[in-house]
Amino acid sequence: MPRIRPIRTEAIVLRQRPLGDADRICVLFSPNRGRIEAVAKGVRKPLSKLSGHVEPLSRGQFGLAHGRSLEVVTDAQTLDSWPALHEDVDRMTEALAMAELVDRSTDFDVASGALYQLLRHSLDELTTSSSPRSVRWWFVLRFLDQQGYRPELDSCVRCRNEVGPEGNGFSAVDGGVVCPTCHGSGVGQRLSSAVFRLLRYMRRSSCESTAQVRVDADASAELERHLRLSLEQALDGRLRSSGFAESLARAETIGRSAASSAAERVQEEQKHAAI
Amino acid sequence: MQRSPATAPTIARLIEAFHRLPGIGPKSAQRLAYHVLRAPRAEAEALSEALLEVKDSTRLCGICQNITDADPCAVCLDPQRSDSTICVVEEPLDVAAIERAGVHRGRYHVLHGAISPMDGVGPEDLKVRELLARLGDATVEEVILAMNPNLEGEATAGYLSRVISVMGVRITRIAHGLPVGADVEYADERTLRAAMTHRVEVDAQRGDD
Repeated sequence: MPRIRPIRTEAIVLRQRPLGDADRICVLFSPNRGRIEAVAKGVRKPLSKLSGHVEPLSRGQFGLAHGRSLEVVTDAQTLDSWPALHEDVDRMTEALAMAELVDRSTDFDVASGALYQLLRHSLDELTTSSSPRSVRWWFVLRFLDQQGYRPELDSCVRCRNEVGPEGNGFSAVDGGVVCPTCHGSGVGQRLSSAVFRLLRYMRRSSCESTAQVRVDADASAELERHLRLSLEQALDGRLRSSGFAESLARAETIGRSAASSAAERVQEEQKHAAI
Repeated sequence: MQRSPATAPTIARLIEAFHRLPGIGPKSAQRLAYHVLRAPRAEAEALSEALLEVKDSTRLCGICQNITDADPCAVCLDPQRSDSTICVVEEPLDVAAIERAGVHRGRYHVLHGAISPMDGVGPEDLKVRELLARLGDATVEEVILAMNPNLEGEATAGYLSRVISVMGVRITRIAHGLPVGADVEYADERTLRAAMTHRVEVDAQRGDD
């Protein structure tokens, strides 16, 4: 059997999971090899020289050797550690959603240069953007496009008539905008003119310009719903990381409720002590 | 695991049981099984009793959620410890490690895991509600977040700090940087950045410890 030579590749670390007591399996995303699962040996030990270079949401140059069932990371050098994505939990949440999309839609040994550049550019933008969620929206639109699920925004997905900005619907199942007539017959969910305009603007604009657009809470919730349903069609399932985004959005409310319960408890105890 | 016809079924069953333990490969499982086989009966009985006892008599401490055989646990009952500080850790073994170092004289809270967004593990899967119930009555002044310095640890610390910040309790995070015995030249960017950001003044009289 011919000996397979070790390879060197640039890659973004999408995720990790523990293996045994000291190792981790890293899921790498390479522009020319697609999704690679590789064992990083000893990275859970405190003095591991490799551990900081294989952290998820970082980009590096990796040496990979062929192991028995998985590749083995022989060396790694960080190129971008994107500290802001690790230090700011809002940016991290958006970055994880993008990493999960790539993780679930790519295969081993399938070159994905365009998707790699899209992810790299979006993670770069995410570190400095004033609106992390806009970066994700911008990414998702292009991701859907690259996966062959480009949402139709110019003509009705049912009757093919051109659409204006008012009275439309959006059907994730049919893949885009539904004209007022078809929407009136019960097809799709309501698409406000603000979100319709925003979708079209995001499609033709840079990530940076998209982040400058002010989006109110109602439009944001509506856009999230349309994009989530479109992704569920593309991925045939729900994004696991979206659960964390929802928990994070409720965090302050949970904290306030816990604080008021504690205050009631203290009052109750003081009342009993007085009696 | 492939079973050899030369291995008696009872031994094969024991090998399989050892193989299911974390960090035990097929060879180690075989060695352990044959060790038990050759050991005196009393040693095998002591092992089986210890295994059953750990299942029967341990539970979670009602206060700190650490594994204990008496509720509340010894740490929660210790009057010498300060009630004003709670050190929040991911796993029971983290409590053991911090206790070995003898660097914390307050209380603990064990979450039993860390938030892992891409695996669908959220705060509702951890002992977060139990932690919040311990805060907010002015006894606890500081919560020390002692999560691992990795993505899951950072997600957990980020979530907890957002929840606890509205409760008027001081939140701190253990420092991270270069471990003792490490080489600066092999350190990654984020570790060096953390080490530089959290650098400390060297006391000229004592030297740096």
